Amino acid sequence: MQYFHSVRLDEEKCLGCTNCIKRCPTQAIRVRDGKARIISNRCIDCGECIRVCPHHAKRAVTDPLSMMDDFRYKIALPAPTLYGQFNHLLDVDYVLTGLIDLGFDSVFEVSRAAELVSDYTRQLMRENKLKTPVISSACPAVVRLVKVRYPDLCGQVLPHLSPMQVAARLAKEEAIRQTGLAKEEIGCFFITPCPAKVTDIVSPIGISQSWVDGAFSIADIYKPLLEKMEQVKTPRPLSKSGIIGVSWANSGGESAALIREQYLAADGIENVITVLDQLEDERLTELDFIELNACPGGCVGGVLTVENPYVAKARIQRLRKYMPVSLNHVNGSVSPEILEWDGELEYTGGMQLSSDLVEAMRMMQEIDALEKMLPALDCGSCGAPSCRALAEDIVTGSGARLNDCIFILRKEASSLGVSLSDHPADRGRIHPTEEQNDDGKNAQ
Amino acid sequence: MSSSSVQPIVQLYEVPGNDFTRAGEASSKVKGILKKLGYDPDAIRRVSIAMYEGEINMVIHANGGIARVEIFPDRVEILLSDQGPGIADVEKAMEEGYSTAPDEVRALGFGAGMGLPNMKKCCDEFRIDTAIGKGTDVYMIIRVRGSKS
Repeated sequence: MQYFHSVRLDEEKCLGCTNCIKRCPTQAIRVRDGKARIISNRCIDCGECIRVCPHHAKRAVTDPLSMMDDFRYKIALPAPTLYGQFNHLLDVDYVLTGLIDLGFDSVFEVSRAAELVSDYTRQLMRENKLKTPVISSACPAVVRLVKVRYPDLCGQVLPHLSPMQVAARLAKEEAIRQTGLAKEEIGCFFITPCPAKVTDIVSPIGISQSWVDGAFSIADIYKPLLEKMEQVKTPRPLSKSGIIGVSWANSGGESAALIREQYLAADGIENVITVLDQLEDERLTELDFIELNACPGGCVGGVLTVENPYVAKARIQRLRKYMPVSLNHVNGSVSPEILEWDGELEYTGGMQLSSDLVEAMRMMQEIDALEKMLPALDCGSCGAPSCRALAEDIVTGSGARLNDCIFILRKEASSLGVSLSDHPADRGRIHPTEEQNDDGKNAQ
Repeated sequence: MSSSSVQPIVQLYEVPGNDFTRAGEASSKVKGILKKLGYDPDAIRRVSIAMYEGEINMVIHANGGIARVEIFPDRVEILLSDQGPGIADVEKAMEEGYSTAPDEVRALGFGAGMGLPNMKKCCDEFRIDTAIGKGTDVYMIIRVRGSKS
């Protein structure tokens, strides 16, 4: 199976330090030959490595604004997070008008689609048609995390398309009706706060073919858009969504839109993992909805944004003040079926040692034995995030060797009469000492 | 490959009795191992719940104890052993809603009297050996559904 990832490495900038390997929530990064490598089937495109890399060697692949030229009719799909990037903004229509002036033929706010998803979720939960606690499917990094790590929870993920996909579908169908153009001539572009959404365009969750054609990062569009916005004298009345839709930008917004009490909203990937672990153990049975966002603060904390998440949140709060509650509902012009996934979320795994259980057990025992030889410092110098991970890499044959560990290497060197250090650690604190014979090899 | 040709993976955990905040650590570690092995998800779920409840019981009632876990290709065997006060009336303890947990533990949301019944529900074999004043051993086997017993 081929995996597309938006998160990529810029080899020239990578110094091979250990920052990203230690922060990756799925242990998907190793440093090999002095450069970081992403293990494709484990990466969930959360963007933590982009956030943490001091050398800016990790980046998200988004589309260049010139991609608009490939289509006769261009539609902008702004994420509500976009509204939180601008100071002194009191009316969303300035942003939407600015997008039109930038060259888009129309805009379709993703917050409109968010209101539809909220409305439909409310309806299904009222009718007890969903397995509770329902896990939100809005954050694609979280959905991918469930796919690789939580087989039991796949059936609890809300089986609805993300507001981005719903918005693209509705916008495209509307444009086809209005212009008479073919589907291929109409381009839908998501203005994205994060790399996970970009991945969700190339390999969408829940459907086989994405309705979105491209993604422009908020960071890329910010400056040209701001210039257009500053020239807007009278904004066109384009906004068609309310508080409920716009609030999806913040952690807790999707939950609040359900108008129920028994919910939890967690943000930040480590917190998300804690909650998923507890959910898996059936320890959160008193809740009926779980909103999870990989980024701190929710989408406003995405790595492709310009403004810090707390400022963006405060601005959105102010912006909401004069908005209607919600302007979009299902069952009217929108039939709820278009919000649904084609099938259930499928567990793909990616963390297990082998597809053969007995083989996996043998490997585990080998890993346990190797781990005992390692210093348990989890320093990351070998290129793996922990001693345990190095042991796993050796056993799974991914090219790592025991003397990638600098402490083991030092032992080997000193037994050959080469001194790499006179640190006291050489004289017995690190336990491989006892297990080595005169050849400097490890006695088994 | 025949499943008898592999040694079980044996894990031993000390469940601390004096630190309530660490209750659940052992079951979480076992869950991590089973996932790495690609173990049957339903069995993982049942092991996690049974062991978690057992750990909590040991912390609340018995000032901790030890957990010994053996992972076979077709089953997981768990022994939870403590030197606590023992269970006076096992039959009663197995009733849903019956609890002898102290108020301070209930204040944290535990002690609903569902621990032992939940554990039993998760297991294919479940046995309690207990002696007043000496301690309790809970022995559990969780089989992978569809594998031969």
